[in-house]
Amino acid sequence: MKNTVYLTRKAEFSASHYYHNPALSPEENRRLFGKCNNLNGHGHNYTLEVTVAGEIDPTTGFVLDLKKLKEVLNREVLEVFDHRHLNKEVPEFANQIPTTENIAIAIWRRLETKLNGAKMYRVRVYETPDLFVDFYGEP
Amino acid sequence: MFSASHRLHSELLSEEANREVYGRCNNPHGHGHNYALEVTVSGQVDANGMVCNLVDLDEFVTAQVLDRFDHLNLNQTPEFSGEVPTTENLCVRIYEILKRGFRQAHLEKVRLEETMMNSFEYAGDGYALK
Repeated sequence: MKNTVYLTRKAEFSASHYYHNPALSPEENRRLFGKCNNLNGHGHNYTLEVTVAGEIDPTTGFVLDLKKLKEVLNREVLEVFDHRHLNKEVPEFANQIPTTENIAIAIWRRLETKLNGAKMYRVRVYETPDLFVDFYGEP
Repeated sequence: MFSASHRLHSELLSEEANREVYGRCNNPHGHGHNYALEVTVSGQVDANGMVCNLVDLDEFVTAQVLDRFDHLNLNQTPEFSGEVPTTENLCVRIYEILKRGFRQAHLEKVRLEETMMNSFEYAGDGYALK
């Protein structure tokens, strides 16, 4: 793509989760997931960075209207994830462990068709300031 | 970092369309940001253990970018006499200034933060981020 500019918008959400694989024994779950296996859950302040790529519209000077991107992030991600228990309240995690890896993929899939033609480049999810996951879409 | 004001208003659009597209950014009196600029260069490490001398890069960025835009109204600068000073366009202009003038290392990309919540990156015409 000619003259591609990458635009990144940040958002934050807070949610609880636990890690538990029902295919494994309680001992194996504890060994594999450690403190994250506490079935009462625990929480994080997640920071989400969504990067879209596109050419600058010669009329507006925009790659994508940031207001619209914010609206899409609010509607598709924050309203679903923020102040929720990911295992119990977010449909993607009814049968999938809400690791930061899976959260990044779920967010990518929620957003990729809703960006008015701009191309998703990367979803970055920080679980804590020290740990983040990047997802660049299916190869 | 540099601080500047701008107003997003396209001559190609009607007054009403400008208000619709740019919202509060179309305020006739403008508004401002603290822009945080990141410049990434690459190259072989030389005998001094450096890709390029950071003092040279600092001096270039200060003279050619910060002094050009800091504490100014971007709409009034020659770079934006015929273009809307969105941060997309500002990011591309800064990349072009560096590409044209900074010779001591290969320019990889320019990243420009408009606010803590949004940022823009440009790696050159036809180039994707690595």
